[in-house]
Amino acid sequence: MIERDVIRLAWHSLRAHRQRSFLTMLGILIGIASVILLTSIGEGTRLYVLSEFTQFGATLAAVNPGRIETSGLPGALGITIHPLTLDDAEALRRLPGVERVVPVVMGTAAIEHGGRTRNTFVYGVSSAVPEVWRMNVRGGRFLPEMDLHRGAPLAVIGPKVRRELFGEANCLGQPIRVGGQRFRVIGLMEPKGQFLGFDIDDSVYVPVMEAARLFNRDDLHEIDVLIANSSMIDPVVRRMRALLTERHGDEEDFTITTQTGMLDSLGRILRIVSLAVGGIGAISLLVGAIGILTMMWISVNERTSEIGLMRAIGATPAQIMQLFLIEAAMLSTLGGALGLGTGMGIAHVLRLYVPGLPVHTPAEFVLLALAVSLGVGLLSGLLPARRAAALDPVLALAAE
Amino acid sequence: MIQLQGIERVYEVGASPVRALRGVNLSIARGDYVSIMGPSGSGKSTLLHILGCLDRPTAGSYRLAGQETADLPEAELSRVRRHQIGFIFQFFHLIPRLTAAGNIELPMVFAGIPAEERRERARRSLEVVGLTARAGHRPDQLSGGEQQRVAIARAVVMEPAVLLADEPTGNLDSVSGSEVVRLIERMNTDGLTLIVVTHDPQVGGRARRCIRLADGLVVEDTEPPSRRRSAAPAPEVT
Repeated sequence: MIERDVIRLAWHSLRAHRQRSFLTMLGILIGIASVILLTSIGEGTRLYVLSEFTQFGATLAAVNPGRIETSGLPGALGITIHPLTLDDAEALRRLPGVERVVPVVMGTAAIEHGGRTRNTFVYGVSSAVPEVWRMNVRGGRFLPEMDLHRGAPLAVIGPKVRRELFGEANCLGQPIRVGGQRFRVIGLMEPKGQFLGFDIDDSVYVPVMEAARLFNRDDLHEIDVLIANSSMIDPVVRRMRALLTERHGDEEDFTITTQTGMLDSLGRILRIVSLAVGGIGAISLLVGAIGILTMMWISVNERTSEIGLMRAIGATPAQIMQLFLIEAAMLSTLGGALGLGTGMGIAHVLRLYVPGLPVHTPAEFVLLALAVSLGVGLLSGLLPARRAAALDPVLALAAE
Repeated sequence: MIQLQGIERVYEVGASPVRALRGVNLSIARGDYVSIMGPSGSGKSTLLHILGCLDRPTAGSYRLAGQETADLPEAELSRVRRHQIGFIFQFFHLIPRLTAAGNIELPMVFAGIPAEERRERARRSLEVVGLTARAGHRPDQLSGGEQQRVAIARAVVMEPAVLLADEPTGNLDSVSGSEVVRLIERMNTDGLTLIVVTHDPQVGGRARRCIRLADGLVVEDTEPPSRRRSAAPAPEVT
């Protein structure tokens, strides 16, 4: 028997019961559609988060005070948390393999210019920000290289701050007030957009010492370290940990987070989400498979005399089995393809109405969905097809 | 062509076995025209199924065109049916979804014959049964007589050696019934071995040789004694 003829015969019998075939397909259709929709949103989210994090560069390591992975009670063990200081930052700066260091003190303050006031984030940083955070200056220049312990009333502003305070007017060289203190604008950042919903463009950068004075604190929120290249991440992080532990009285009272580590744990979380989605999909596909099995079983019973006739005119049991298997496989693959279209269609509509929603359907998901529905069809058709093949032709012919 | 020897067929129905055929010996020559008659329960359907390789005898030997079929595996039997035997049934047994031409092509589909050749052979078969104009019609658009003629075209399209007709006129009015009988008789004239199972004496009586069954045995055979190979003595009734 030629494959094309098998498909044609199966197609004829599916078409003969259009409504019933469609209703049977519906199970697989809904299953595949929901899985495609959920995984598309999941995958879109993963890619979104990934691009959000990697925009800062992969060789970035952040040091924060306090331990996140503490075992036991810190108080009982007597761990006192030393603050991160500018001296820590300078010590890190001198480590081999460390390229640049950005100590960070942050807070919100009122920014004033020409009678306008805007409350924004103020970052006390060093001159290394453009390299470490991968941000570019659009006009003027960034904060100059200077002794970290000395301040200077210089500020670099984000494009949003500039728009709000200056409109289209030139901002370079203009005086602004940050938390009541006078600063001079020496640079304007390029628009960078949002990071996890937080508007980076709505910020002001001043020397770290100025921010410390402004917010009245002598410790740092964070020290960001740019490592020379990605192959050196592990040894450099080890050295950083050793250095800081030594400086903090032999206590590891800080946390070093690397981009790769962050992405790893993020990937783990998203994998669990994918697994859960896959579970939901598996259940709905199972339900669809049972639907196909039931329908094919009924179909074999209805077409008993037809099967007898086919046997009489020379069909082998294997050919009968093949016919019913292909019919079931076509039913579910068609349902799967329709489900794929439905899922992607809904995803597309969602994207139109919720522009921020990250949706992405990778090509391998599409192929996988089709392969899975084909497999479901073959599996659920197995029992009915075997029954059809095993029918006694004499009894089958007599059935009416 | 056909040689049956000591054919028995026992059905296990409940506790007591039913002996549908109790030792049938029969030999049918190539190109013969034979009718098998008998009351219901006489075993004529069982004999037809065994002749058509749809059923296997419990005991005995069946040689079709020199080949022993009684011990062939199922897939092989299917191939014997495909190439050696054409069936016509009382209820036509056409696939309702397929056109007349599609139904005629079906045996060739199972034989793996390419579409091109199938179409040509189906067209010729339709011509032989006089239904060229009906090629694209589905069974429900055809009259009973036309449906049976499509079935005949399907039965002979693989050029079998034997045509087995099971009550071929049982579901037809007398006009289309005699049309159908004339058609298969013409094929017999062209060399096809024709075996008709019927309880209609009008139809059965037309055969060159009439075999009558009762209680699973051949009780009458009009074949000239010189040609007969039957071991069991059948009472001659004239």
